[in-house]
Amino acid sequence: MADPMRIRATMAGDKVDVKILMAHPMETGLRKNPDGTTVPEHYIDTVTVSCKGKTVLSADWGPAVSKNPYLAFRFSGAAKGDMVSVTWKDTRGETRTDEAAIA
Amino acid sequence: MKSSRRHFLATVGQWAAALAAVTVLRPIAALAAERNLKAFEAKSLDAVLSAYGGGSAKESADVVLTTPEIAENGAVVPVTVESKLAGTQSISVLIEKNPGVLAARFAFGEGVDAYVATRVKVAETCNLIALVQTADGYFYAQKPVKVTLGGCGG
Repeated sequence: MADPMRIRATMAGDKVDVKILMAHPMETGLRKNPDGTTVPEHYIDTVTVSCKGKTVLSADWGPAVSKNPYLAFRFSGAAKGDMVSVTWKDTRGETRTDEAAIA
Repeated sequence: MKSSRRHFLATVGQWAAALAAVTVLRPIAALAAERNLKAFEAKSLDAVLSAYGGGSAKESADVVLTTPEIAENGAVVPVTVESKLAGTQSISVLIEKNPGVLAARFAFGEGVDAYVATRVKVAETCNLIALVQTADGYFYAQKPVKVTLGGCGG
């Protein structure tokens, strides 16, 4: 199973500043090993961020997102202590969900 | 000899059926994934637009795309996109000369700022495009990025 995400959600004024760092190889399927065989593609294709049961951000990704993806965004309508939940799914069907409280 | 011809035709028929099954099943698999596969396979801005059902995009100064002018490592290029347009629904990041132009698409829920920051791979020196979808259509901003070390092949 993949390593946990690092999620930081902080209040900035009346908005929530979310920063997420995921641990994922993000293989494009184009890269080759030294012996000439292709490294099979393996990347996160969908990311969903929700807070209080509502989806705040949903992202569709291609292989061009960097390895160990970083994502930052802002939203309003939440307060300190609310949980921010992040889920990703990759091209092998693996998923991972992590949560963090807004600080 | 007749029977061998029959056998040959039957084999060809089976192969054709198998091939047809593969070609027909593929789009269904694509539908099962929520991601718009056609958009991610697109090779140009216009192709991405048509995959999402948009007409044409207008260049807009209200779309603010922030990237480094020179990216030493194309595998990790920070990108920030902010839209000042009212009613922004989604932001897409496109890289003109990547094997697949569309890198990422972010769709916003209610009460979410039209702002997103991430890191992308850029294969070679080219334009980065931020495409913003609003209720009034599509708008974009573009900026060239110089890459000294490509993001593919490593």
